[in-house]
Amino acid sequence: MAEANPHPVPLQKVGGPESTAVLLRELVAHLRQSRTQLREEWARRITEAQLLTAMSKEEIFAEATAVYDNYVDVLETGAVEALQDYARNLSERIIPRGVETHEVIGIVLLLRDVLARSLFAKYRQDFDKLSRVLDAYEPAANRIGSTVAVSFVQERERIIREQQEAIRELSTPVLPVRERLLILPIIGMVDPLRARQLTEQLLRGIRTNRARVVVMDITGVPAMDATVANHLVQTVEASRLLGATVIVTGLSPELAQTLVNIGVDLSKMNTVGDLQGGIEEAERQLGYRVVQMIEEPPVQA
Amino acid sequence: MQVPILKQRDYLIASIQAALTDADLLQLRDALVSQVGTYRSRGVIVDVTALDVMDSFAVRTLRDLAHMIRLRGAETVIVGIQPEVSFAMVQLGLTLEGVSTALDLEEGLAYLDKKLRITAPPSVKKRG
Repeated sequence: MAEANPHPVPLQKVGGPESTAVLLRELVAHLRQSRTQLREEWARRITEAQLLTAMSKEEIFAEATAVYDNYVDVLETGAVEALQDYARNLSERIIPRGVETHEVIGIVLLLRDVLARSLFAKYRQDFDKLSRVLDAYEPAANRIGSTVAVSFVQERERIIREQQEAIRELSTPVLPVRERLLILPIIGMVDPLRARQLTEQLLRGIRTNRARVVVMDITGVPAMDATVANHLVQTVEASRLLGATVIVTGLSPELAQTLVNIGVDLSKMNTVGDLQGGIEEAERQLGYRVVQMIEEPPVQA
Repeated sequence: MQVPILKQRDYLIASIQAALTDADLLQLRDALVSQVGTYRSRGVIVDVTALDVMDSFAVRTLRDLAHMIRLRGAETVIVGIQPEVSFAMVQLGLTLEGVSTALDLEEGLAYLDKKLRITAPPSVKKRG
């Protein structure tokens, strides 16, 4: 193979695809042979670069082994599917532990470097061959690197989407507490998007539960801007058009000020101090009377 | 399209089935206001479940209708406003102030029964 080549770099592909395949096969054999040593070297470099700090040394080594074997398999077969699956699976496990994108990309690049170094060492004597080996190795390695990084990012985005979905659903529960009585506890900041979802869910909830009274508890809302406050008032009025009364409870002093500043018509707003008072008022409007059946047993020491 | 008006016990029920022109709306208003007297009705229910749009003219006509009927000595309930319609109305400032509303026909009847206290047919007690 060691023909004298007049131009050392860059090399033209001497023998077409077969020669690339042959080179890759040779490369794979080399990587399999020095598996133990290279994989240790890689794990050491990962620790040195302070990547994957969320994981223990043993875990890093175990994952490094798996990634290494997958990596070599891809070099051998050219099929990235298995690696893709593995990368997704790995991401699913490590994302909840706070592993960042730069760490994942960092370790793949490190592996690429470690392997390239070992190739340099092996073919040091034969520069021409080294160039050809690198020609075969680099595109494959880059493809592997981008596959892993893309899988990680995709997995991350999937998780983010799922969480957004969950937050959206959880953020505005409409809960029936009695026949014809709903409560709508609102907790946390309300932005215009959330306010719109809240309105939609409440109006739909009134319809499906045939509610006549709704207690909207905003104890957990620290502040609201005028737009959102206005939206809330509109929700109260829209509920009335569906035949349901809304009782607003837990207005903080700041919120009360906001509402007065935007000039809410208080005759349309039914407000009670706290959630308990609101539910009691709602029960009164619905004609319920809650009676304690037995005396509370004495608390035993 | 004319809206049929049904007499049911002491109530008149008008169920709107399709989008109405302004003229239809005025015709409905006039018919209800006059029939309340004819049948000596005590309550009127206007069912708008089928409407997926309510413009300002429709809302104003319904409000006028309710006020006129009150002056004629009866109560009006608008029932079946769709959730999306209700919010759109509020955003346009069409809030039907002073008009009773209920979820659907059944709720509207229950509301009128309660308000007019005729759950059982009124019995006139003779003295002595």
